[in-house]
Amino acid sequence: MRFVLKTNYHRDVDLFRDKFQFCWFAVLLVFVLSLPMFTGTYVESQLTLVFLWSIAGAGLMILVGYTGLISLGHAAFLSVGAYTHAILLDLGVPPFVSIPSAMLLCSVLGVVVSIAALRMTGIYLAIATLAFAMIVEKVVKNWSSVTGGNAGFKVAPPEIFGWELNSTAYYYLCLLVLTLVMLGVSNLLRAPTGRAFIAVRDSEISAQATGINLVKTKALAFAVSAALAGLAGTLLAYQWHYLFPDSFSMITSIKLLMLVIIGGLGSMSGVIFGAIFMTLLPDGIATVREWLPDSIGNLPGLEPFSFGLILILFLIFEPRGISGRWQKIRLFFSQFPLYRNRTFRRQKSFLRTERVH
Amino acid sequence: METFFQLLLSGIAQGCVYGLVAIGFVLIYKATEMVNFAQGDIMMLGAFITITLINHLHWNYFLAVVIAIGVMGLFGLALERLLLRRMIGESPFAVLMVTIGIGFVMRSVAGMIWGHNPRSIVTPYTDQSFQFGAVVLPIADVVVIVATVVLCSLTFLFFRYTRFGIAMQATSQNQLAANYVGISVKRVVAASWALAAAIATIAGILLLPLKSAYPEVGLILGIKAFAAAIVGGFGSLPGAMIGGLVIGLAEVFTKFWVDAEVGFSVSETSVYILLLIMLIVRPSGLFASLQKKKV
Amino acid sequence: MFEVSGLSKHFGGVAAVDDVSFSVNEGETFSIMGPNGAGKTTVLNLISRFYDVDEGTVQFGGQDITRVRPHDIARVGIARTFQNIELFERETVLQNLLIAQYIHRQTNIFFDVLFLPRVRRQEVASRKVLEDIIDLLHLQRYREQYIHALPFGVRKLVELARALCLKPKLLLLDEPSSGLNPEETEDLSFWIEDINKELGITILMVEHDMNLIGQVSDRVLVLASGRCIALGTPTEVKDHPDVIAAYLGT
Repeated sequence: MRFVLKTNYHRDVDLFRDKFQFCWFAVLLVFVLSLPMFTGTYVESQLTLVFLWSIAGAGLMILVGYTGLISLGHAAFLSVGAYTHAILLDLGVPPFVSIPSAMLLCSVLGVVVSIAALRMTGIYLAIATLAFAMIVEKVVKNWSSVTGGNAGFKVAPPEIFGWELNSTAYYYLCLLVLTLVMLGVSNLLRAPTGRAFIAVRDSEISAQATGINLVKTKALAFAVSAALAGLAGTLLAYQWHYLFPDSFSMITSIKLLMLVIIGGLGSMSGVIFGAIFMTLLPDGIATVREWLPDSIGNLPGLEPFSFGLILILFLIFEPRGISGRWQKIRLFFSQFPLYRNRTFRRQKSFLRTERVH
Repeated sequence: METFFQLLLSGIAQGCVYGLVAIGFVLIYKATEMVNFAQGDIMMLGAFITITLINHLHWNYFLAVVIAIGVMGLFGLALERLLLRRMIGESPFAVLMVTIGIGFVMRSVAGMIWGHNPRSIVTPYTDQSFQFGAVVLPIADVVVIVATVVLCSLTFLFFRYTRFGIAMQATSQNQLAANYVGISVKRVVAASWALAAAIATIAGILLLPLKSAYPEVGLILGIKAFAAAIVGGFGSLPGAMIGGLVIGLAEVFTKFWVDAEVGFSVSETSVYILLLIMLIVRPSGLFASLQKKKV
Repeated sequence: MFEVSGLSKHFGGVAAVDDVSFSVNEGETFSIMGPNGAGKTTVLNLISRFYDVDEGTVQFGGQDITRVRPHDIARVGIARTFQNIELFERETVLQNLLIAQYIHRQTNIFFDVLFLPRVRRQEVASRKVLEDIIDLLHLQRYREQYIHALPFGVRKLVELARALCLKPKLLLLDEPSSGLNPEETEDLSFWIEDINKELGITILMVEHDMNLIGQVSDRVLVLASGRCIALGTPTEVKDHPDVIAAYLGT
């Protein structure tokens, strides 16, 4: 087992636990940077999608995993981001202006939702976000003079100073944005703002008693979360070339939630795990199909079926998701003969009053 | 005037279906404090089983209905025993996500078995209608309303006068106390799931002559029924029914009056707007009170 | 320095707290005791503004805090602990204590995202501030441990430490001894005295352990059914006929 001996406060504040961890991340980054040289365009575009879902997932993770607020309607922010960006591009606005404005619009909407959700907690908030997302979806569908409705909306190709990005360049752009987002969110979480989010998640009452303004903190969490979802939306618009209202349906919102749950709530690396998992699952299913007998392999609903089943299995057997499982495995080997199952015992609450936060 | 009555009737009929599904939400919530997002999908499955029994096995309508309700009741029991019982004590969010997962699985399995084409059944009362002055009342609507009234009365009598119904009420108020006075909380919870599934099935069967069934029918209908439960206060059975009627009527009337005026479909969003307003103005619903954590 | 007058709170038709008045002097340890359901915790919840006051006023250091927003109570200089422990379960002890520095932060979200040098300086400075309190309550060995892995007694202590980290002038303790064994309660009484004497923090405590009250408090207020029935030193109160009647029934 590796002990981390902290000899000064800076070690405690640092982003990386020790030099090993830093090296691991550096190796990982080099690996991801060099990937396009070895792989084909398909893998490249799948990885780009992983990056984009990770950005959206990071936004949702802040909300669900760190602030304890549930959103069943995050696809709405993706949708607003994507459409705003595409429409602004169409009007001749440069991406450097349109992406921040899309993000700004999303965070404003996020704050509006959070203010509407002021007095709600838990399930009620989830339903409010769902209703909000449904309204956004219907508006996008029906306001066809602006959004193109079900016919779709064509997105201008990505350009920087008149130089059109090919798919490899776009891969690097998305990787850069993801890295910045992950750095920013990790910074946020080790600073007072992130600590306030976590306080609200774990106990609203004592958060208040320690001087945290619940309304402001929740609104802030919503704003950051929506802005990141919006950012992911703008980049997804480029990746997809065409926008359709159905790409941002309730199913998308729920898939995003699955992403953060399967990845592991309350862990930023979980976001990446979750995004990889969610992007690769369809490919995995396609592979499995070939092995299965035709009568089962050709069934159309295999993908949602596996999504649902895997979600249920994770929630019952590993509520901390992939990253939680990874931690346990690491701990098991580092303390080999001494590992206790109870280290990660789940806290259950059986009283109604305990569950109302 | 005639149109008004026709709209009123179809709104009430639609609302009854929402209300019945909403009652399922509330039953499960009161017994276990779990929000079952798969309620609409349970309704869908019940409808499909009825369709199979009638269209493919050519059973008598009434026999098929009874059997379908029984099968779905058992399905509710199985769901509780196999999956949801493991989730007791977990956060409401985790439970919600499990039921969402169940919904995904049910929809895709239904799609695999029955395909994605809308299906319906021929009932003894299909395409018949009353002539009431100038007003034409489709019997399908009337049947929905009558069946709902009967079902609600039965539910009321069950909770008011039977031993088990009273035990269920006691459990929903305080599980611990119910356990101490000798009520088997596990059985009550299981029974709530069975009852909720059975009622959802009835809703599905009643819906069939009005709308055809397809695997996704339960998803949107479930959300609307959920809205009904929220409007009704999410803890009250009569509230859920009234909520269902409010939602059903709002939908039918906005479709007729507003959509034609505006020229685009407001009615699809009216439910959600209503729900959002409800949540903002009175998050505790029309008939219930909000809980605050004790310190 | 702290004064409550005519405080009332009704839940439905029931008066949980009915016309309660008392004042706490600077540097004092003041206890509120009473049988179950007497409204002791409600008084604390009214002071920390989790409940809205129906009638009456709460004054603190010459300022009327009856309508201050709940999250501003900490800024005014009042910190509290909870009967059933309200910690941030999925964080370490250190992180729990650092939350208490939130009200003193000099940065905002934009600085935080970039983690500018001033954020780093602030983080290091906050950790230094906590050191005294960690020392005082002997929490060094638990520093990096997660709350959910700690025994109940230690959690109570962490909660006390978090309240102290807010640097309050007045500390509200809600049943500090509940769930503790006799030795832990004994330790607690010394800590309460230390906090009171060494840090000079005024303490308002709700408690029903008569021994603990006798050891640490200067004055005791006895509540029964939401009303004040006696006020005085622990020995005076113990023998008061109304108090005996309230506890034993009439």
